[in-house]
Amino acid sequence: MGSWIKDNGPSNNIVLSSRVRLARNLCDIPFPAMLTKEDGSDVINKIYDEEARNGVFKGYKLYDMQDTGFVDRYALVERHLISPNLAVSGSIGAALISSDEQVSIMLNEEDHIRIQAVLPGLQIREAWNIASSIDDKVESKVDYAFDERLGYLTSCPTNVGTGIRASVMIHLPGLNLSANIDKILQAVMQVGLTIRGIYGEGTEFIGNIFQISNQITLGRSEEETVDNLTGITEQIITKEKEARGLLFDNNRIMLEDKVWRAWGLMTNARSINGQESMKLLSDIRLGIDMGILKSIPVSVLNEIMVETNNASLQKHASIELNSSKRDIIRADEIRKLLMQQI
Amino acid sequence: MQCEECGKRPAAVHIIKIDNGAKTDMHLCEVCALQKNPITLKANFSMQDLVAGILKSGSVGPFKVDIVHEVKCDICGLSYSKFKTSGKFGCSNCYKVFGDRLNPLFKRLHGNIIHTGKLPSKAGSKIKLDREIERLRQELQSAVNNEEYEKAAEIRDRIRDINSEEQEEHDGQLD
Repeated sequence: MGSWIKDNGPSNNIVLSSRVRLARNLCDIPFPAMLTKEDGSDVINKIYDEEARNGVFKGYKLYDMQDTGFVDRYALVERHLISPNLAVSGSIGAALISSDEQVSIMLNEEDHIRIQAVLPGLQIREAWNIASSIDDKVESKVDYAFDERLGYLTSCPTNVGTGIRASVMIHLPGLNLSANIDKILQAVMQVGLTIRGIYGEGTEFIGNIFQISNQITLGRSEEETVDNLTGITEQIITKEKEARGLLFDNNRIMLEDKVWRAWGLMTNARSINGQESMKLLSDIRLGIDMGILKSIPVSVLNEIMVETNNASLQKHASIELNSSKRDIIRADEIRKLLMQQI
Repeated sequence: MQCEECGKRPAAVHIIKIDNGAKTDMHLCEVCALQKNPITLKANFSMQDLVAGILKSGSVGPFKVDIVHEVKCDICGLSYSKFKTSGKFGCSNCYKVFGDRLNPLFKRLHGNIIHTGKLPSKAGSKIKLDREIERLRQELQSAVNNEEYEKAAEIRDRIRDINSEEQEEHDGQLD
């Protein structure tokens, strides 16, 4: 299980994880969308050769998409190790994943190489350092598409320059309940950041979880990008804490009721769908942070969030699950994990 | 007023088209307007649509005659007009081929047109040498212009040294 799921990090009660991904391409080879299957394999072999297998990628596991079934692909998406894009795009893509699941490298997604480091809590700079050092090692063996004026050249002009996308996955129930979320999201967008759903571009907002990331990659250094996002995330944390404090002072019964109802449902339900469990999990997370419920490790909440998703449930099941069977198993898993904590 | 395109639905959108300096007005219904310029009315759009939208709007808009329309990348074959609809490059060479006409797009997306971040250590050292050679070439030119032939010969030798150094380094990497 990934470090961001099971370990603690700074401000972990609000910031679930920090992530940095770097987009890189090889020079003189068309971008993945224009590649044949053979050329795609060449790209993978170039990056994951004998030397890399025993060097920079020692202990990494290669998931070649053409040999990986859809359930396994989506289980990787649910653990934030690959993008939904790689999971659907298919046959020429691959992912290299470190044993601690802190680092994953997507090959032949939108770009030839996408290096990603994820850490628990607010640790964007640390994630950048990890991704950058892997970038250095990959660069020492291949020639990157790099232009003196434009920087790292990428398939989409929105990534050109540093190719960096730094993001935080942040839980903001206080701002949402107090109807301040729109204001915050608007302000965030005005300073050149963007908000996305839980699995990235085009995915929905569920369970009060938002992904905030930089948009500008040209003319702003990686350090500036990382510091900017860190600073703004710290401000959002302050606002979220303020909102929680106000809710507690002014609407205490409403808040306690919401949290205890969530606890009641999650520890008793015999069938629950993913949407509802994410919503209730958010209430429980809030209840624990506010001292309404007794403390449960963040890792257990993250495990519920990740492991009770559709593909992850299917992966551990012996038979093919339809949605009603899945809802029953989900409820069983959640009850089991929560009741262990009492 | 009825839509000037279909003549069936009421006109809801006013489009001003500027073609070679000549201005024409069009009053269209939403359906016809959407067909003419999809980005203006779609509520939800992806990053890719956004890029394509920027390319189609303003200074690089569809209603302007674009004399460089059929510029094509000689490596991957992507044409500039195709790029304008897809919003994605085919290979790194496209950036070179499409050149400065991409600047308005970069400016809109990033507010900048010059990279200020990390340099790959390998390409970085080559870039530094290339920058040095470029500087020396300019010096050489002005020395020749000023008839300072002794100085010009010195500069020429320095350029030659750097070039052969670079070549040796390149050969070394191949070994």
